[in-house]
Amino acid sequence: MTQRARNWLLVAPAGAWLIVMLVLPLSVVFVFSFGERAPSGGYVPAFTFEQYANLPARLTAFQNTLILAPLGTLAALLIAYPLAYQLAVRTSEKWKTLLLVLVIVPFWTSILIRSYAWIYILGGRGIPALLENFGLDDVRLIYTPFAVLIGIVYGYLPLMVFPIYVALDRLDKRLLEASADLGARPMTTFFRVTLPMSVSGIATGCMLVFILLMGEFLIPALLGGGKVFFVGNALVDLFLQSRNWAYGSAVAMMLIIIMLVTVTIYMRLIAKLNVQRDDVALM
Amino acid sequence: MRIYALCVYIFLYTPIAIIALFSFSAGRSASQFEGFSTKWYGRALNNPFVMDALGNSLLVAFVSATLASILGTLAAVGLQGIRGPARAFFDALIYIAVMIPGIVIGIATLIALVTVFDLVNPWLAAIWSEADRAPALSMGIGSLIAAHTMFTLALVIIIIRARLASLEGALSEASADLYATPLGTFRQVTLPLIAPAILAGFLLSFTFSFDDFIIAFFVAGSETTLPIYIFSSIRRGITPEVNAIGTMVMVASLILLVIAQIILRRGNKARR
Repeated sequence: MTQRARNWLLVAPAGAWLIVMLVLPLSVVFVFSFGERAPSGGYVPAFTFEQYANLPARLTAFQNTLILAPLGTLAALLIAYPLAYQLAVRTSEKWKTLLLVLVIVPFWTSILIRSYAWIYILGGRGIPALLENFGLDDVRLIYTPFAVLIGIVYGYLPLMVFPIYVALDRLDKRLLEASADLGARPMTTFFRVTLPMSVSGIATGCMLVFILLMGEFLIPALLGGGKVFFVGNALVDLFLQSRNWAYGSAVAMMLIIIMLVTVTIYMRLIAKLNVQRDDVALM
Repeated sequence: MRIYALCVYIFLYTPIAIIALFSFSAGRSASQFEGFSTKWYGRALNNPFVMDALGNSLLVAFVSATLASILGTLAAVGLQGIRGPARAFFDALIYIAVMIPGIVIGIATLIALVTVFDLVNPWLAAIWSEADRAPALSMGIGSLIAAHTMFTLALVIIIIRARLASLEGALSEASADLYATPLGTFRQVTLPLIAPAILAGFLLSFTFSFDDFIIAFFVAGSETTLPIYIFSSIRRGITPEVNAIGTMVMVASLILLVIAQIILRRGNKARR
């Protein structure tokens, strides 16, 4: 057997699996998005753009997603960066690994369990009860966009810290000393040296978090209380409750298109900044 | 700066601590701590629905992680020697598998499989001798394993390819020069070198599959996995029993993570 044939034989099972379980289902969604809903729910073949024309009916879900996903990404970045900086630049080698592992540990525990914990904290007997002691009555936190945002930041913070840490850790600390020796103030050093050299980490972290947020379902379902829902929640509703497969497929296609467009634009921008993307391993 | 870091750690661990704390509450109420008790752990472990869901979760996670590791390793090794459009196509597949949200993978798999089953089942019934006893394909453990394997397969390939890229091609060339067969080279040179990556991929896949709620929510049919059980319990109201289950799941994930770390460390040391 030739080398070539052998390589193909090795790749074939994985390739077949990906085609049957990924390409086929996505193609079905594509085809169904041009179809119609069967009277009893499901799908009847057709070729109509009606489903796409109806997309504005789910505008709220798209709006929530497109506002809260970038906002959540930004909030996670703003909280993660100082921590990653502290860990990579200011912490001694001895403590680094332990402190980093402590950041990642929550990420490896079920997001479902970590998210519902916030129902306790934000719910009536949690923070609002504490605030009442300070004379702040009737503060409502749970089932608001704020609750969803907290859940998002909490859930994906580790995913943001890690790539930024990796980028900052690789930074040659002598550069920071050199900058200081040349008379730069700490702020100048940060903005002219540290920040530019960690852009690759920021880019990776933002992309990872943003991609995951676009398809989010659990956090809005648990903390948004049916008021702050994402496209993911609309999809669950369309496929499992109203069984409108054709319309659901169009919504799913739209989500994929928005993701592809935003991620492509983002990657172009990053490439323009002339940064190499780090491959992140979370283990 | 230090105080800031401390605050972030408090932010990260408070919710986890609260779940763990309330799992030891003696009372029925999930929001008021009424004395220390471990009875909810006993309740959870004796609840047949919980045990059934746990069994399903473990089975699905183990089978899909094993399949993904085997197929992923073969593919990663094979892909090294493939260039051109076929390689680009495969890279695109892996990219799509990671990029597409889990929820879209879930619904897509659901409607594709249901459609395929609707086509296949009458045909199965037709060729079966006793028509009323004909096997009918349906959503369940099988479709769940297939969907999880697809998703984790992409992860395994990415991890192993990163490891392969860091290895020197000279090693396998040297092995070939010494008249080792390709299979011999794979078994004696490549495999030991990428073993830690395969194991890491396996454990990662296992955890992902075990923790996955969204894909399972669509694909599991009438079967229940632990995350599905927890989700539907929360919907009915949080109980100390759910907290006990959650705490046990978190501890188990942690143990797995520590094991994975130790193995990876050893692998890295052995390589040096």
